Amino acid sequence: MALHATHRDAGRVTVVDLSGRITLGEGSALLRKTIRALLDEDRSQLLLNLGDVDYIDSSGIGELVSAFTAAKSRNGDMKLLNLTKKVRDLLQITKLFTVFEVFTDETTALRSFS
Amino acid sequence: MTPETKHLEVTLQTQVESVNLAEEMCLRVAEAAGFGEDDCYRIGMSVREGVINAFHYGNQEKPEKKIHLAVDLTPDKMIIHVLDEGKGFSLADVPDPLAEENLLSTSGRGIFLMRAFMDEFEVVTGQNGGAEVIMSKKLPTPGSSEPNGQGGQGGSAKTPQQEA
Repeated sequence: MALHATHRDAGRVTVVDLSGRITLGEGSALLRKTIRALLDEDRSQLLLNLGDVDYIDSSGIGELVSAFTAAKSRNGDMKLLNLTKKVRDLLQITKLFTVFEVFTDETTALRSFS
Repeated sequence: MTPETKHLEVTLQTQVESVNLAEEMCLRVAEAAGFGEDDCYRIGMSVREGVINAFHYGNQEKPEKKIHLAVDLTPDKMIIHVLDEGKGFSLADVPDPLAEENLLSTSGRGIFLMRAFMDEFEVVTGQNGGAEVIMSKKLPTPGSSEPNGQGGQGGSAKTPQQEA
């Protein structure tokens, strides 16, 4: 399933709701374009909701890391919400679980930005 | 190749679409061979990563080069070969993506994932001088208590360090 991305404001945080696959090609490109556009609008407090993302490959992992470092470089942050089991396992074996802040509850996630 | 081995091979274009095509093809073989959902996911991901590696690093995205994918289904395992037309590489030269200094790298996790998700993994120099990734997964045992392939060696993703 192709990646789908929408975003909504929650105070000073922008929640990006993603669904589908973040893989080499269109999926990774759409994520990159979405994050870049938000950062260009000075929205650098990002919460990526991956609840409907069932598949990420190494290219998708690279895009998540790129988004994280880009947000940090703008004095912002990027955190993750609602990981599926496959995505959680993938982040654990690649040790990125120790890099990204991950939440299972949106309210808690939003509060962590303040 | 023994008479019981089923062999399938295809030559792919060096383009992004080949990654999905290779994954879908190998997933069909894996499902037909009796692998469960979890192992099919690991096999599909490994094939993706092998072909991404050939597409990007091996063939350097040059459309005149090809990616050669072959699948052997023996009585006890599924073996996947991905051969590119690049200059080849040594596994020793591949940085460890789990090293602290590489954690925020935006690339370099493909080899690691293939190693983690498959039972056997090696890279050899192909006949044309390119890199040939060879990886395999044991077939699920008939009548096993874990018919979806979650038991035995395929039970959980292993890091290379755990395999050592």
